[in-house]
Amino acid sequence: MIKFLRSFLLLDLLEGLWVTFRHQSPSQIETEQYPSERPAVSERYRGAPRLNVHPETQETLCISCNLCAVACPENLIVVGSVRNPETKRKDLVTFTYDLSRCMFCGLCEDACPVDALELTQDFEIASYTREGLIWDRQALEEGPRPTQYRQ
Amino acid sequence: MTALDSNEMVLNMGPQHPSTHGVLRIVLKLDGERVTSTDCIIGYLHRGVEKIAENRTYVQFAPYVDRMDYLAAVSNGLGYCLAVEKLMNAVATPRAQAVRVILTELNRIASHLLWLGTHALDIGAITPLFYTLREREAVLKIFENYCGARLTTHAFRIGGLQYELYDGFEKEVESFCGQFLAKVDEYEELLSGNRIWRERLRGVGVIDAETCKRYGVTGPVLRAAGVAWDLRKAQPYSGYEQYEFDVPTRTSGDTLDRYFVRLDEMRQSVRIIQQAVANIPTGPIMAKIAKVVKPPVGEAYVSIEAPKGELGYYIVSDGTTHPYRLRVRPPSFVNLQALGHMAQGALVADVVAIIGTIDIVLGEVDR
Ligand code: SF4
Ligand code: SF4
Repeated sequence: MIKFLRSFLLLDLLEGLWVTFRHQSPSQIETEQYPSERPAVSERYRGAPRLNVHPETQETLCISCNLCAVACPENLIVVGSVRNPETKRKDLVTFTYDLSRCMFCGLCEDACPVDALELTQDFEIASYTREGLIWDRQALEEGPRPTQYRQ
Repeated sequence: MTALDSNEMVLNMGPQHPSTHGVLRIVLKLDGERVTSTDCIIGYLHRGVEKIAENRTYVQFAPYVDRMDYLAAVSNGLGYCLAVEKLMNAVATPRAQAVRVILTELNRIASHLLWLGTHALDIGAITPLFYTLREREAVLKIFENYCGARLTTHAFRIGGLQYELYDGFEKEVESFCGQFLAKVDEYEELLSGNRIWRERLRGVGVIDAETCKRYGVTGPVLRAAGVAWDLRKAQPYSGYEQYEFDVPTRTSGDTLDRYFVRLDEMRQSVRIIQQAVANIPTGPIMAKIAKVVKPPVGEAYVSIEAPKGELGYYIVSDGTTHPYRLRVRPPSFVNLQALGHMAQGALVADVVAIIGTIDIVLGEVDR
């Protein structure tokens, strides 16, 4: 009899639905409305690379030591420099970073002695071409500029 | 391939079958609905990781191991780092060891959660997938906050850790553990309380302890057959001997039991994490090792208990900065060998359940 009542009143169904509703409270929802709502990536996120410049003089921080290029497992960084005859130091001329082969392991960033190369929180690095993923010095200093969508 | 009987049929399952969890092709020989033989064809995801290792330095190779079992990248990293450390006669600092334990156990939970969700989905229970992925999100967020990546984490370095803990790490981990046990109970209620689930899995893909040992099967599959073999207990590494936990086992070795074992393992992981996070030793995170990792001539084999079973690294060093040879013993690859035994005489629909219950990751099978 109880069994009949249970099935007649669809109690099992209600029980199941109760579970569903319990999980619908806003605190339980993880879905992000990307791109109108941008995800909060963590501070240490390893995303698009940036070649830092001095905030005031706009000069590059890179000292062309080539350590990042040596550290990279994929050999995708090429540092081009010339020796300045006056200061006897190397001046950075070109810097290419092939993002299409990068696995964002962070070894290059760890190797850099002056924190010039940094993997930033930018994650929108898609490109229509493979060549578009090979970043030169200018692109690295500017960083990616993804489209911002607003409602 | 042998000739077929007149009433036999060959069915190709995969390589793009949603339930093979990757690119695995299985040639099934059928007699009606019954499977008479299985033939696994692997290699679709082969990237030659072991060969790559010979062309990289020890430090440079570390990120590649994350890409084998990408659902348990942290465990892979731990195994590799321990193997190289053994080669160099180095040990990680106590603080690094405790953090390693916390992160690998969190990774075990994440891996089992994804397994639970997708396995239930294969069987036809769609709801748990959403709930398990939501909980997994919390773990991945901790990884992201800690090391900056969610999946291919590259969290550990040879000799210790690269990153110091971030502020609020302990609190985040504790709050996750605090509410997670109730969540596991809820999955139990949703699935074990469901008669269809129980009847669907009971007696499917049975494998006994003897056969497990013959095939070299490890991990939850072996423990569901009644063997309490867990490398964290049998050969403690990274300070596991300090923590109190049980090795969950079951006896009948069928798909249902493997599900119970994995649920219990998640609970035990929470126990380990809670003990570890309560007293993380202070001190340096990196042992004093040479900047250029150059182990002496020799060889080392280290195996750890990854979420899927025994994960071993065998490294031969010739005294240079590159490994002379590196060999990985992936649990998925070895466990997959037992598929033929488990699927013998099963229904076609059960093959999906059996693949799911072995919990393979093709990145690891093919390497
Ligand atoms: S993140 Fe890794 S793969 Fe990418 S450039 Fe740096 S070292 Fe190379
Ligand atoms: S390691 Fe840093 S300073 Fe050296 S070349 Fe690379 S970016 Fe420049």
